[in-house]
Amino acid sequence: MTQLAETLTGPRMNAPAGANRLFAAGARASYRSHVSTYGSLNVAEIGPDLINQLDRSGLTGRGGAGFAVARKFGAMPQRRRSSLWQSSAVVIANGAEGEPRSLKDETLMRDSPHLVIDGLLAAAAAVHATTMYLYTTGTSLESVASAIAERRDASAIRLVEAPETFISGEASAVVNAIQTGAAVPTDRVARLTASGLKQRPTLVHNVETLAHVALIARYGSEWFRSAGTDRDPGTRLVTVSGAVARDRVLEVPGDVRIIDILTFCGATESTIAGVLVGGFHGAWLKREQLGVNLSNAALAPYGAQPGAGILYVLGVNRCGLQFSAEIVRYLARESARQCGPCMFGLPEMATLLERIASGDRDPRLAQELATLSESVIGRGSCHHPNGTSRLVMSTLSAFAEDAKAHLRGQCLRVETR
Amino acid sequence: MAITPNRYRLHIDWTKCDGRGLCTELLPDLLGRDKWGYPVALMEERGSRSDVFVPSSRLEAATDAVNLCPLIALALIAPATSGRDAPARDG
Repeated sequence: MTQLAETLTGPRMNAPAGANRLFAAGARASYRSHVSTYGSLNVAEIGPDLINQLDRSGLTGRGGAGFAVARKFGAMPQRRRSSLWQSSAVVIANGAEGEPRSLKDETLMRDSPHLVIDGLLAAAAAVHATTMYLYTTGTSLESVASAIAERRDASAIRLVEAPETFISGEASAVVNAIQTGAAVPTDRVARLTASGLKQRPTLVHNVETLAHVALIARYGSEWFRSAGTDRDPGTRLVTVSGAVARDRVLEVPGDVRIIDILTFCGATESTIAGVLVGGFHGAWLKREQLGVNLSNAALAPYGAQPGAGILYVLGVNRCGLQFSAEIVRYLARESARQCGPCMFGLPEMATLLERIASGDRDPRLAQELATLSESVIGRGSCHHPNGTSRLVMSTLSAFAEDAKAHLRGQCLRVETR
Repeated sequence: MAITPNRYRLHIDWTKCDGRGLCTELLPDLLGRDKWGYPVALMEERGSRSDVFVPSSRLEAATDAVNLCPLIALALIAPATSGRDAPARDG
């Protein structure tokens, strides 16, 4: 696969070919099998040039927003190692998935904790950070703690437990949780990279993002781009759940069609009503749209994005309006209840969608719901109202025929069992 | 998303705002109220719904709004300062 000359020499001979990158060392990889699979990472050699490598790699964040990783690194203040006058930088590995349908970060930290640790060390070296945190929920914290105990170069990493809430992984909530113990978003007028943890420049990256950083630091940007497409290079982790044989975490390159991922997991196209892409802040694709690639570029025309890599398969016998109403009610409950439009708007959105789903034949409900959903966008300290609004609008669009049937007193789906 | 750096913006801290409505009375041309009383930007072509564009003719009223807000939920952001963090979740 790779054409890099440097893969033929030295420790870089181990660059994994193909799309099996993040789990190449096997399940619950020890430090020994990690090093024998990937080679060791010489952190002392890493400096700001890693940011150029990341820029050329085209890596985007794997936590949800899909922001260009090199741009976030580049937003950190440029400084010399010995600067005493500036407050020192902080890097945080964020493993709080929040999304109930996501298992990929937990799986990554269980099976490849050393890649996450390497990525955190590499990121800290690139921005001359003196403080490193890894923030995640209880089970994963144990995996990472035992991995740290296996090696000598990671003892400076501080571990902080994240609560099992939907928004605990939002970037400002992560910083707030570490600083004050409250995992809720904060109001910001400056970027975290300018003023984050205790006003220090702070880089928050998802753990999968950092695992890719660890590989790019070893094998370079060309190797990273040898999987995927020009516009969506590399691989990403996905969690497939719903109407499939069992929930699965897979690593896929950017040029794989969603239907092929689902078929691989044992789903049959004719039994799919729709697929929720990206997570609970994501968007629905209808069955006839599943030929699209799971990538930022390919999904953009559908108003969707890979997000945190979630694919939830809705079976033909389930009502998408009913299922979405359950999600919106969940999201309303998960509001931090700090911002008025979210605290009052989301429960009302859930109620309107529940009425449509349960067969209320008032024809004004859909328009009322759309207007309300639009009104909460951008009016909060985080994107929870925006994401909830996106899901509602996508539901009304993808299941428009279902909503019409409900107005006639019918449901197109047969909810069985 | 696009922030015009050469303009003043009125930043709303939604975690503090309680919808008292004083700002909407001082700036009726810039801010309306939603059904719960929270401010709604009336002109969104500049700035955003949390960082509301303030024309120079309205700077004085905007300053009053900042000083008089009982919840201290407003801030006037001078031109050419950096914007808010773009991605909510890590990206």
